[in-house]
Amino acid sequence: MTFLIRKKIARRDWLRGTIGGAAVGVALPFLDAFLNDSGTALAATGAPLPVRFGTWFWGLGHTPGYAVKAKTTTSPGITFLKECEALIPYEKEMNYFGGFNMPLDGRSNYTHFSGWVASRTGTAPSSSVEIPAPTLDLLVSDHISAGTRFPNIDLCAMNMARANYSARSTNARAAAEGNAINLYQRVFGPQFADPNKAEFKPNPQVMIHKSVLSAVSEESKAFVSSLGASDRARLDEYFTSIRQLENQLAVQLEKPAPNQACKLLPEPKPVEGVDEHLREGLEVDTVIENHRVMAKILAMAVACNQTKVFNMTFSDEQSHMRKPGQTYTHHLLTHEEPLDKVLGYQQTAFWFNCRSMEGLATFIQAFKDIKEGDGTLLDNMMIFAATETNYARVHTVDGVPIMTIGKAGGRVKTGNHIVGNGDPITRVGLTAMQAMGLPMEKWGTRSLQTSKTITDILA
Amino acid sequence: MFKSKLFSIVAVGLALSACGPKEPSGIASQPNVRRLTEAQYRNIIADVFGNRVSVGGQFDPLVRTGGLYALGAQSAGITPSGLEQYDRMATSIAAQVTTPGNRDLLLPCGPADVKAADDACATQVFSQLGRILYRHKLTDAELKSKVDEAHRAAEVAGNFYAGITSGIAGMLVSPQFLFVADTTQKDKAGNIVLTPYAKATRLSFFLWNSTPNDDLLTAAEKGILDTEGGLSRQVDKMIASPRLQNGVRAFFSDMLALDDFDNVEKDSIIYPAYSLAVANDAREQTLRTLVDLLVVRNGDYRDIFTTRDTFMTGALGRVYRVAVDRPDAGWMKYTFDPSDRRAGILTFVSFDAQFAHPGRSSPTLRGRAIREALLCQKVPDPPGDVDFSKFNDPTSPIKTARQRLEAHSTFPACAGCHKVTDPIGLALEHFDGAGQLRDEENGEKIDTSGDLDGVAYSDAVGLGKAMRDNPAVPACVVQRQLSYALGRQTGPEDRPMTQYLEQQFAKDGYRVTDLMRRIAESDVFVTVKAPPAKSAHITSPDKKEQGS
Repeated sequence: MTFLIRKKIARRDWLRGTIGGAAVGVALPFLDAFLNDSGTALAATGAPLPVRFGTWFWGLGHTPGYAVKAKTTTSPGITFLKECEALIPYEKEMNYFGGFNMPLDGRSNYTHFSGWVASRTGTAPSSSVEIPAPTLDLLVSDHISAGTRFPNIDLCAMNMARANYSARSTNARAAAEGNAINLYQRVFGPQFADPNKAEFKPNPQVMIHKSVLSAVSEESKAFVSSLGASDRARLDEYFTSIRQLENQLAVQLEKPAPNQACKLLPEPKPVEGVDEHLREGLEVDTVIENHRVMAKILAMAVACNQTKVFNMTFSDEQSHMRKPGQTYTHHLLTHEEPLDKVLGYQQTAFWFNCRSMEGLATFIQAFKDIKEGDGTLLDNMMIFAATETNYARVHTVDGVPIMTIGKAGGRVKTGNHIVGNGDPITRVGLTAMQAMGLPMEKWGTRSLQTSKTITDILA
Repeated sequence: MFKSKLFSIVAVGLALSACGPKEPSGIASQPNVRRLTEAQYRNIIADVFGNRVSVGGQFDPLVRTGGLYALGAQSAGITPSGLEQYDRMATSIAAQVTTPGNRDLLLPCGPADVKAADDACATQVFSQLGRILYRHKLTDAELKSKVDEAHRAAEVAGNFYAGITSGIAGMLVSPQFLFVADTTQKDKAGNIVLTPYAKATRLSFFLWNSTPNDDLLTAAEKGILDTEGGLSRQVDKMIASPRLQNGVRAFFSDMLALDDFDNVEKDSIIYPAYSLAVANDAREQTLRTLVDLLVVRNGDYRDIFTTRDTFMTGALGRVYRVAVDRPDAGWMKYTFDPSDRRAGILTFVSFDAQFAHPGRSSPTLRGRAIREALLCQKVPDPPGDVDFSKFNDPTSPIKTARQRLEAHSTFPACAGCHKVTDPIGLALEHFDGAGQLRDEENGEKIDTSGDLDGVAYSDAVGLGKAMRDNPAVPACVVQRQLSYALGRQTGPEDRPMTQYLEQQFAKDGYRVTDLMRRIAESDVFVTVKAPPAKSAHITSPDKKEQGS
């Protein structure tokens, strides 16, 4: 009797080969030749191309009046101003949401925290650390990530592990990866199976590994049953993670579908300064370069169906980016830099905001550069770009800007400036999740609860 | 008769003076489950496998709770990507343990034939390793499962060590390793009590910040920890162990927020002397100073604010601007001159660089850190709608931090908190954002005078003396130590216990080792109350649907 049979590995994990790694059969193809005439669906099954979801975070909002020209009614067309000039080429591929409010129902505005928590969880936090509900990216991941190798990938261009705006709860928040080489190795390292290689040999080590994890679950039963109810609930999170890791290994044991969009990238060179927090890691040029390199790797990871959900942090919620030789970080500038009497804004803080929007443009372009079907990868995804404050100088959360980029596989119309008229900002998140196929009628709590979809953008 | 009565009075008096006030009964804690902290994980791997095995990877962040990350561990879960990291670390560690160069040293036996399974040797490996990693003797079923697993893996790979490797990796991702659980049982009276293994584990993580060793587990198995004398002897041994230094380092690293030091950033143009080496050495300098004073010399805790004895490296010497005899020789003892403006940890580079901005000092951050971390006082967050740029008019004559903060204090919304933080933070203004000495800021002479709760001083050394004599200082470390030991925040209901410990701490000459001993031997340390009723729905891992 063999090792795996005795461990009761699921039949599907056996594949169609031998443990020693013989060639195995082919899974569903994904070549252009197998797409329908319009290039939007698989001809054999009619199943649409996968739609992916990601968030992009930048800290410290906009300079009001200098980012996007305000509108009084929702209509097509977004007028990007000086701070957002870099986004002009992408106007037709995105939506801009302005004028949505964030009622906190008497709870404090925990500066640089309440804004992102409320817009991503639908609930205002009651302390400066509380994450009261799962963030929307994880709800989307729970819905669409089955069968992908990584349920989600969390990155931070500033290489700050804590700057990840995705969390299941206060105490279940993953560390963000900030090193491009580590990201590359994680996704495209030895465990990656090139979908376009003719032959596939399952790695027996992966089988053993998967078997070990199954045994861990089995052996832990007695331990779990000895715990109190709340601790067992916490251990449930652990076992969910174990199952996801097992799934990840199971994916590695199956021959991936051929995928024309997936092209192996060379391993990146180290981005100078990234691991040198103390000297250069948070210098703006290092952040920009690290972000550019990681965006390219991430886009290819998405194209190669390694993940369907991701979170990228360009700058943290109190943007610690700085120019070499300056005593003030971006965050300090927003509070302490005087308003320029001629320009009417804080000149250097504005300069940093411009760099953030250029970062978003770079990020969008990384997905747009990859051809998929008859369009680009960007057409088959939605990027939810958001920040934590409207005007960092005074920490306002009403009017926090949000942008969505991409058509989500044709489910979303783009090129619109949506005016919130003071509606709760959760309308944007609800609509985004509905566009991703979540059967969700309402979202949020207290005054942030809404059931009003923004129909203007749904196709 | 008289003689006899006198004897009785004297005897009672002696007994009372020997015993001191009675330990209050204390508030029992609910049994809890804590995720290993990064330091604990690393300590365990180092304790079990030595320095031949390295740990590389990223840990899910913890939430600082009640001033301590250790309390955040009590409610921390493990995310999928966090587990992926643990899994990768486990695979790497296990592979390192079984390399040809390491396995003969690290494993208790070798196989009869390396190309085949060897259940006898595997049994030896997993029973010994499992007891240390899981912190209890493996049950027959647990051991059989590990041996069978290794057997099958060895057969598949045609290599005994492949089985051992996968078995060790499995142990290192098991919840029994990654989570520290207070297992309980009922005593003869039907009360819920910690199992002996759970007592050993609590002791070990509190005093050593690592897993119990063989001696401690054996004491648990023999029931030694269940007797007052046995527990006391065991605690004595643990206090005398060199591993106590790890425990003390871990506690102060958490309390002083040195765990956050990785995120400290300094501008290399403004502070060219500050480097990665300086940052690493600065943190280590503070920890070495604390361990030397509090453990090696068993000194008075309050002296951490006044001591001039520390350690120096060549890299640090450049920032401190002191001559180091042999700059490449590593750590060496160093004593600041009595006339030096540095005395105590508040004047060290680690404190002054951490609580500052990348390009300048911050009296407010420093003052807040002192209030919150060292005096256990809460400073409210700043109001969200203050426009600080009003204080930064480039045409204004403001040159120093003191002048800037005095301007802040003219605004009622700012004044309350700044009055609490700034006077003590301004005392440290002779140290710039990298902790380097200076006399002037923007050409203006720096004024470091101020007062701490009514005690006036003229500089940082004076602030250190005021801190040393402030009664909130020992009270704070007592409160933090008790929370740290119990794995929960203490509250008003714990006041009798903290009061008692404060009295004993004073009586013991403010020696931290004695404080740790008293907590470790106290009833409250091992007393638990029944956990909340078990849910009717018991989730067993195998009953969940596979797939996501």
